[in-house]
Amino acid sequence: MSSAFAPIRSLPGLAAVAAGLMGGALLLSFFIAPEDADQGISQRIFYIHVPIALTAYFCFGLGAWKALLLLWRGDERYDLESYVAIHQGTIFGSLTLITGAIWAKASWGVWWTWDSNQLVLFLTLFLFYCAYFMLRFSLPEGPRRSRSSAVYALFGVALIPVSFLAIRLAEDFIHPTTFTRDGPQMTGTMFTAFCVSWAAVTLLAYVLYRVELVGKRLHTDLRELREALE
Amino acid sequence: MTYLADVAALTRKDLRVALRARDTLPAMLLFVLSTLVVFHFALPEGTGDDAAYGLLWVAIVFTALLGLARAWVPEQEHAVFDGLVLAPCDRSAIWIGKTLATLAFLLAAQVVALPAFALFFAPLDAVAVVGVLLADIGICAVGSLMAAMAAAGRARELLLPLLMLPLSIPLIVGGVGAAISSEPERYLLLLALYDGIFAVLSWASFEYVVTES
Repeated sequence: MSSAFAPIRSLPGLAAVAAGLMGGALLLSFFIAPEDADQGISQRIFYIHVPIALTAYFCFGLGAWKALLLLWRGDERYDLESYVAIHQGTIFGSLTLITGAIWAKASWGVWWTWDSNQLVLFLTLFLFYCAYFMLRFSLPEGPRRSRSSAVYALFGVALIPVSFLAIRLAEDFIHPTTFTRDGPQMTGTMFTAFCVSWAAVTLLAYVLYRVELVGKRLHTDLRELREALE
Repeated sequence: MTYLADVAALTRKDLRVALRARDTLPAMLLFVLSTLVVFHFALPEGTGDDAAYGLLWVAIVFTALLGLARAWVPEQEHAVFDGLVLAPCDRSAIWIGKTLATLAFLLAAQVVALPAFALFFAPLDAVAVVGVLLADIGICAVGSLMAAMAAAGRARELLLPLLMLPLSIPLIVGGVGAAISSEPERYLLLLALYDGIFAVLSWASFEYVVTES
């Protein structure tokens, strides 16, 4: 049991640091960073949206890495870690799609556009990992479920470059690019605000990952204890 | 050499079971032809050929999904899966056998569907047909792995399209591009790349998907 409780001790501290960083990031991005000359206040969502998107990719990558470890070493503990990472990835992925839509509406006038490769790639990957949950919850618990989930999670990593190539090629016959995202270069404060936000969101994702993992493990331990008592 | 003999035996087994059951191939044929008729009404007068090529790809992917959803049903229903896994052969041979059998049925359906498409809607040149062939390999390779995963689940017919559609987006891009682009080589290359990457991945990971312990 001690293995389940030991990591909890460092969690409140980490959570406090994440909350502090997040507060600092919001302060920097709303009050300290200068207003963008072209987009005005709506550009400030950049400090939230881009770190969240990068974190979502990072979570999917972490999930695939844990899946590889599961297949490689055969340790069942990686199954839960892979699942929790992908779960966090889809949560941050949903946030990315929502904040991205708000930004697109404010600066391009539409909620969604097929012209940006990043958007299409992200949506494809997001749908792919949503199906991961359908697969996982349809299979009975056991080694076959953990291995199938792991194989599926790994396919996502192979899908990223192939989809990216496909979407680039598809530009030729779908739409010419009408919007470009190349704004003016970031100033020093803007870059600082972005980096602090990125660190804050990554740390937040890590804390959430740990909290969910501890919760899920406690749940399993509790169930085993109950079964032992009966 | 024994590996190839195993693959040949497994493919023969899959083809024979499916031909005797006489359900998958007629269903795929009828489905793809009905879909083409539906397209006639889905494409208003004056819609160009390009739209028809796009819809052809929707029909191809859904026909393949129909065949793939049935791919592991005989194994599941009669507990053949346990016997296959216990058989003294490399497990990836089971995957190759199933992929080849599904590919054979998909090709058979297309032997009817592609001429019908050319007759009803728009001509297909050799490059477009090569695109279809390359995409078929990718769909069947990835699809028979995904179908094996889904077969163990509660809602396998429901699950397979959800697993497959995001994975088939590059194939659709490649196939449509090969049919309508003036420089189709790049699209054929994309399809070949997809086939290579995902066939190797599926081949290597099939063992994990069917192992119980």
